[in-house]
Amino acid sequence: MSIGNLDFDELVAAARGGNRRAIGRLITMVERGASEADQVTDATHSHTTGAHIVGITGAPGAGKSTLTGQLTRLLPQLGRRPAVLAVDPSSPLTGGAILGDRVRMDGMAGEDVFIRSVATRGHAGGLALSVPGCVRVFDAMGFDPVLIETVGVGQVEVDVVGAADTTVVVVNPGWGDAVQANKAGLLEVADVFVINKADRPGATDTRRDLELMLDLSHVSGQEDAAGYRPPILMTTATDGTGVHQLWDAVLAHHHHLVSTGQLAARRISRLRYEVTNRVEMAFQSRIQQAAHHLELDPGQSPTRLAHDLAQQIGTISKSARGDA
Amino acid sequence: MTTDAAAAPKIRIVLAKLGLDGHDRGIKVVARILRDAGMEVIYLGLRQTTDSIVDAAEQEDADAIGLSMHNAGHLTLAPAMMTALHAADLDIPLIVGGIVPDADIAALEAAGVAAILGPGAPAEDVVAAVRAAINP
Repeated sequence: MSIGNLDFDELVAAARGGNRRAIGRLITMVERGASEADQVTDATHSHTTGAHIVGITGAPGAGKSTLTGQLTRLLPQLGRRPAVLAVDPSSPLTGGAILGDRVRMDGMAGEDVFIRSVATRGHAGGLALSVPGCVRVFDAMGFDPVLIETVGVGQVEVDVVGAADTTVVVVNPGWGDAVQANKAGLLEVADVFVINKADRPGATDTRRDLELMLDLSHVSGQEDAAGYRPPILMTTATDGTGVHQLWDAVLAHHHHLVSTGQLAARRISRLRYEVTNRVEMAFQSRIQQAAHHLELDPGQSPTRLAHDLAQQIGTISKSARGDA
Repeated sequence: MTTDAAAAPKIRIVLAKLGLDGHDRGIKVVARILRDAGMEVIYLGLRQTTDSIVDAAEQEDADAIGLSMHNAGHLTLAPAMMTALHAADLDIPLIVGGIVPDADIAALEAAGVAAILGPGAPAEDVVAAVRAAINP
């Protein structure tokens, strides 16, 4: 069926009927943002059923895509219908992107798996701004779980935590030492650890460093507060070794969230995060526009200018509210 | 960048090698050229089938498909791709790059290929051909 001449309601109906082009188009609209994205959000959020959202993050080349590909092969065998959002970076210079995650998932995905590549489009933090909206489309179309594969991250890009129920952090043998393991950031947010490429030398050392780090979480009380100790899984994504155990660990975390009531709490904080993000973006573009029109010379005081600009934005937003 | 992104919808193009042709140097160069022109390139890589390319184009809501051909299979493969696109009711342009003898260009055009780019085509021509195929 061609989707070119469908109106919006027909497009949503086609998507809900399983038409892949229609689902793909809805996601494009979410990616474009602004009123188009809002329209899709309004049409889909009442159809969501609370799909399990799993974030997969880690350094570039850690094996996130290959692991994700293996999961998309496994999950249909378990009666699940997964969708994947694979995020890759946009160029800060040209806005272009090479979205190459499908290469690693090639030949793995089952019939009913939906994979969408998403570029960050200028957003730092490891995800694209459109991710919550895209996840909502997948959820509303009956996909469960939704796997979010982040860009290759460093130490601090932890946006995925705000977007997912379960965060899987992928590391490799030889990736660091006990000091690295205790640095703040990425490793703190893991619900499940994966040491991928575990057939390489150093896997047991890496496991020991992570276990020690988790022991210290126990000592410091971080673990007790959560009532949960993240498990450490060993995988070789290229041949699928350990992938089923990884999925079992992800499910166990989900059960933990449900049984402790944390799932609801995470979803509320996710909604808060998304709402905050939207308002921040709206203000950000206003700030940028207003700043663009400032007449500046290098001798002026930045504090004074910022104060005046902030006042000006406040006035604009009040008048905008008045107009509406 | 943000203003640029807001101004015009991003062009999204699927690039692939169809069949057993393993020469992927050219398509990687093209991927980079299109990225640097601000497009989002969904790179599928080697050994794709007409079905896998259609699947990807649907899920990615691609604006165009680019195939690279270096093993003299273009007179078979390009029409096969067009047939698959028609069967899926996927009305997006197909662009072929690689080694296509002049004598075969008319046949590919007759099969519905929107643009044909030969070896040594300058980056500007590649970008212009993709843009023109999407917005004729």
